[in-house]
Amino acid sequence: MLIRKPADIPPSEITPRSTYVERRRFLGKLASVGGVGGVSGMSGMSGVGALAMAAMSWRPGDAVAEVGAGSLGALVKSAHSTNETPNSLHDISHYNNFYEFGVDKAAPAAQAHTLVTRPWTVRVEGLVKKPRQIAIEDILKLAPLEERIYRLRCVEGWSMVIPWVGFPLERLIRWAEPLSDAKFVEFVSLHDPKQMPGQLFPVLRWPYVEGLRLDEAMHPLALLAVGLYGDILPKQNGAPLRIVVPWKYGFKSGKSIVALRFVAQQPVTSWMRAAPSEYGFYSNVNPDVDHPRWSQARERRIGEFGKRKTLPFNGYGEQVAGLYAGMDLRKQF
Amino acid sequence: MWAGRVAKPSAAWLARIKVALFLACLLPTVLLALGVYQDRLGPNPIEVVTRGTGEWTLRLLLITLTVTPLCRSSGWKWLMRMRRMLGLFAFYYALLHLGSYLWLDQFFDWGAIGRDILKRPFITVGVAAFMLLVPLAATSNQAMVRRLGGRRWLRLHRSVYLIAILAVTHFWWLVKRDITEPVVYASILAVLLGMRLPLHRWGQARTQAAAKGRARVTGPAWPRNP
Repeated sequence: MLIRKPADIPPSEITPRSTYVERRRFLGKLASVGGVGGVSGMSGMSGVGALAMAAMSWRPGDAVAEVGAGSLGALVKSAHSTNETPNSLHDISHYNNFYEFGVDKAAPAAQAHTLVTRPWTVRVEGLVKKPRQIAIEDILKLAPLEERIYRLRCVEGWSMVIPWVGFPLERLIRWAEPLSDAKFVEFVSLHDPKQMPGQLFPVLRWPYVEGLRLDEAMHPLALLAVGLYGDILPKQNGAPLRIVVPWKYGFKSGKSIVALRFVAQQPVTSWMRAAPSEYGFYSNVNPDVDHPRWSQARERRIGEFGKRKTLPFNGYGEQVAGLYAGMDLRKQF
Repeated sequence: MWAGRVAKPSAAWLARIKVALFLACLLPTVLLALGVYQDRLGPNPIEVVTRGTGEWTLRLLLITLTVTPLCRSSGWKWLMRMRRMLGLFAFYYALLHLGSYLWLDQFFDWGAIGRDILKRPFITVGVAAFMLLVPLAATSNQAMVRRLGGRRWLRLHRSVYLIAILAVTHFWWLVKRDITEPVVYASILAVLLGMRLPLHRWGQARTQAAAKGRARVTGPAWPRNP
């Protein structure tokens, strides 16, 4: 397979994390204060006054404290990382669609503490040489951990830039030894209403199931993530391990994975089951194929005031478009 | 007696109640503005503003529709004098809600807005609800009631029932999966509309009786319903 690298600047030229996070928070404060007069239409404060307020309320320690100690140690920098500025750890961990902990985006951060992430094992089953399971500790030894800064585009029309820690999903799949007639892989998330109170409500069919075609799952951009910002994954982000497929809408990236099931037929995922006309199996980010109820042409990057154009395959087309050669992506959405 | 005062407050108390209600209706705006200013609305404040103004439109529409049945069942006729303010605040939040869509969501891209209105049913019904609210807000003052005449004014303002149905539909059609909240609003609206069915029949019977000269209509001076 020909693997093209993105046309980004090398990671070595990227501003250090602590510097940009701090700078970004400060700019964010300025922007939010500057925008208030317009949004509320009732702020009597002058521009200079607003700037002064922002400067006063900004604490230099904020960013450093929230980035954490980087407990995952030295990480390989990935050539697949984008050079865009990542969102803050706070934004990434407090704006989550993780229905197992409630449908509100603030709910996972408030509720996910009940999730028990150790001990944790992942089963491999279905069309594999031998069904077996692997502990999270052993998964972490399968490959060196990399930092991968990816764009994430939610089907709802917002996006973020997230510095994941993980390694190619392919490494776990190779360990699983799928048989040659395995064409798809299902990702099964944890099902335990005691740990995941949102599962007491039939919003979706539990457990949450997602899936990829095997060649998609083996693509070098498909990531098995175990961390964020150099630290282990916050529970609300899908601890202890999750899938990240950056060219597809966020819901394709299953969280808190307990099983990989290899199958011959295209699986029915939780969202396909819930609303087949709205969520297809592929769900590649595509500005030309609207959600039946809203446009996918633009997105709001969290932390930005305006909206930006959504890119085909979320900007990863150069690397992944070949997977879909000859397919009508309007029909196979 | 205290109970008597509640049923029939003095002019001074009525003025105080009006001011308090005005401030209460303004409170969601103040909290949203403060939240934006203090960066307390979470990672996506624009979504909170759009959603918040929409939800308050819906709540105020339902509260406005509660006034008439509440007045009838309690006998506190002064409640009727709060109805216009509540209705106008519903319009005010609808205006903020539409404004946040036009500005913060579409950035006044009129082509995209036009396509949205035509293509997206939840936007279509939302815009329709707003359009229908405009004439109600415009004819809300006493001079307009007089100019139109009570009966015509009443017929026009009955469109608020349709507006409320459209507004709940707008909310229902936009939620991604969990329809709990729209169901709650729809249920409240169903009760409020249901309460009007017997009232309406009773009103008709009285009107017919009056026409036959066997009874006198001694209804309230202000337009009944909505």
